[in-house]
Amino acid sequence: MATAEAAVHSEGKAGGTPAGGLWSWITTVDHKRIGILYFLSGLFFFLVGGLEALMIRLQLMVPENDMLSAEAFNQIFTMHGLTMVLFAVMPMAAGAFNYIVPLQIGARDVAFPRLNAFSYWLFLFGALLLNSSFFLGGAPNAGWFAYANLTSSQFSPGHGMDFYVLGLALAGAASIVAALNFIVTIINLRAPGLTFMRLPLFTWMTLVVSFLIILAFPPFTIGTIFLLFDRMFGTLFFEPSGGGDPVLWQHLFWIFGHPEVYILILPAFGIISDVIPTFSKKSLFGYPVVVYSGILIAFLGFGVWAHHMFSVGLGPIANSAFSGLTMLIAIPTGVKIFNWIATMWGGSIRFRAPMLFSIGLVAMFTIGGLSGVMHASAPADLQQTDTYFVVAHFHYVLFGGTIFGLFAGIYYWFPKVTGRFLGERLGAAHFWLMFVGMNLTFFPMHFAGLHGMPRRTFTYPAGLGFEGYNLMSTVGAAITLLAMLIFLFNFARGLRSEATAGANPWKASTLEWATSSPPPVHNFDVTPEVTSRDPLWNDGVALPAGEEKFHMPNPSYWPLVVAGGILVAAAGALVGLPVALLGAAVALAGIYGWSFEPIH
Amino acid sequence: MERTSTGVPNEKMLMWAFIGSECMLFGSLIATYLAYRGRSIVGPYEEELLNIPFITVTTFVLLMSSLMMVLALSAVQRGDTRGSKLFLFLTALLGVVFISGQVFEFSHFVHEGLGLGRNLFSGTFFLTTGFHGAHVTVGVIWLLTLWAMAMRGKLGPEKSLKVEVAGLYWHFVDVVWIVLFTIIYLMSGASGA
Repeated sequence: MATAEAAVHSEGKAGGTPAGGLWSWITTVDHKRIGILYFLSGLFFFLVGGLEALMIRLQLMVPENDMLSAEAFNQIFTMHGLTMVLFAVMPMAAGAFNYIVPLQIGARDVAFPRLNAFSYWLFLFGALLLNSSFFLGGAPNAGWFAYANLTSSQFSPGHGMDFYVLGLALAGAASIVAALNFIVTIINLRAPGLTFMRLPLFTWMTLVVSFLIILAFPPFTIGTIFLLFDRMFGTLFFEPSGGGDPVLWQHLFWIFGHPEVYILILPAFGIISDVIPTFSKKSLFGYPVVVYSGILIAFLGFGVWAHHMFSVGLGPIANSAFSGLTMLIAIPTGVKIFNWIATMWGGSIRFRAPMLFSIGLVAMFTIGGLSGVMHASAPADLQQTDTYFVVAHFHYVLFGGTIFGLFAGIYYWFPKVTGRFLGERLGAAHFWLMFVGMNLTFFPMHFAGLHGMPRRTFTYPAGLGFEGYNLMSTVGAAITLLAMLIFLFNFARGLRSEATAGANPWKASTLEWATSSPPPVHNFDVTPEVTSRDPLWNDGVALPAGEEKFHMPNPSYWPLVVAGGILVAAAGALVGLPVALLGAAVALAGIYGWSFEPIH
Repeated sequence: MERTSTGVPNEKMLMWAFIGSECMLFGSLIATYLAYRGRSIVGPYEEELLNIPFITVTTFVLLMSSLMMVLALSAVQRGDTRGSKLFLFLTALLGVVFISGQVFEFSHFVHEGLGLGRNLFSGTFFLTTGFHGAHVTVGVIWLLTLWAMAMRGKLGPEKSLKVEVAGLYWHFVDVVWIVLFTIIYLMSGASGA
């Protein structure tokens, strides 16, 4: 059995700094390194999705534009949605889950470190497989919700939809595996005394999101398997001529798709529920209510999927029920808004970059929430469906909500991860430009939509009154691009600045700030004992002196082998049976290598 | 064993959470099966094909495999090496018998003209029961691996958690079959004889 010191040496230099080169990153099972990999991959795909958004805005800047063909436009808006939802926001949030949650609960790592590495590689391969379609005959072009029977082999004869099915199958499986890991980690690896009602809100929301993921992704997986069989083996699931019903796809998709929007927003809610108390020097107002409303949002989130389907014609009873349930969700969400405001009320507020983005979230999400309640009314929604009004709504919650929350987290935890600060003035410039840019982009879309501009159409005729709104949106997108360039510059400069952060630069209250920045590979020299909800503010944590014996897991390449085998098997569905069998054999061999590998 | 906050081993909690996720997977398949029942436009139809007496026998075989699984776990926990080998092997063997019955049933249906893309019944039936069959197959491979460990004397009582987790999975797959047997076969309107 290795002592603490020996374990540190076996992983290279202490302090979490990159050591041992590329191979050590490929074989890493350290949650902090996996978190960094997740985050950087997510940031990369955020830039890819952002470029796709810019192409959309350039195409729509003027009427009757022919910069992009209709086909190219369809591919780009489809990939913009898929990339942002599944390969930018989810992995950036997963980066924070990975890096921060074990620190917040006083654990040495997640419950299953190798499984954690496996989730990362599988996610990455799914993202690469889907994006490779651009170079292999065309990307999927039926929208991120890919309604049947647009997606049948009759109407989508190319391979784009096959890439959709296979890429998302890999990414979905990766998300489920990661979520299972975090459920066990949070329930089972909490430090002594860290009861559920003392958990930081970010950890709480990670737990809630993990449950959403394991319950919401399987119906979607089944839907994509039906689609795959329809396309490859001639089954009739979504084929009206054989008695199949395309609306089945919509049900299976939205039973996943609606919880998915809470999978995207709840991590951001968790982040700002940690940030706002820190920068207000006040405990979170009404902690139990914030926790319970988060759980309630997730619970109700499973009962509202058909509000995406009001125009299908499910009948007045179904529409009324889904309207009512949808409006109900506004209550726990509104409760949270008031909790954040009440936390700031009477606090001594420091307007640092993380706080700016958090307050931005509260304001922008409220706007998106209000238009959300408008959609909840089925008769009103029938006028808004498939117009830019909907695009405006969900970008206020996803950009104004989720992206602002993630940036709050980036500015907040950058010192913990690197030991360095991001520039404050550049951070403020980033925030204000992005705030102006996103409002200029998305607010006019409300009006364009109410004037009847349909979404997902590659151009529009002149003289319908859409020109001004679209030009404003494109200018807003350019401002957002400028904000992103400032952020990237700030990020690169921050990495080279002096390491002056220290353990707890923001004087925050939660456990991740009790260890050095960056933390050592084993996180804490001794297991902390917690006696309060804000442990670092009121002597609520004991770090007993002395030496503790523990062992850290060995690096392993088997997670990569198994994920690679699954990638080859998935590609085999397009290339041919022998390749699929080869991939399956590699994955199976990898599972055996993994199972019989000594862990410590 | 490592300390955990709840006292429940991590591996066991992982399997329980996984089973929760699997419920949504099979739930989606079952919901689709029910939604499309009786909506096939062309035959052969379910009530002409399903052979309830035959599947009752293979269902009984699968249930007996769950009994063998319980006995295997108990043997491993007691350190009874002979019992461990015997019952793990029997569990896997009964699983193989069940799968063989399914292979026979599938090929019989195809022979009767029910290709995969024939009608709505064929698609929903083959995918739902096929998914279950794939789960049984994974379970058989898992059990045979444990059996091989037992044969080499590497499955002592200290490793009983491995068997317990495999058992949780195996029992879950059996429970799913009880639901599928009820919904697909018993409620099909096919004649019992």
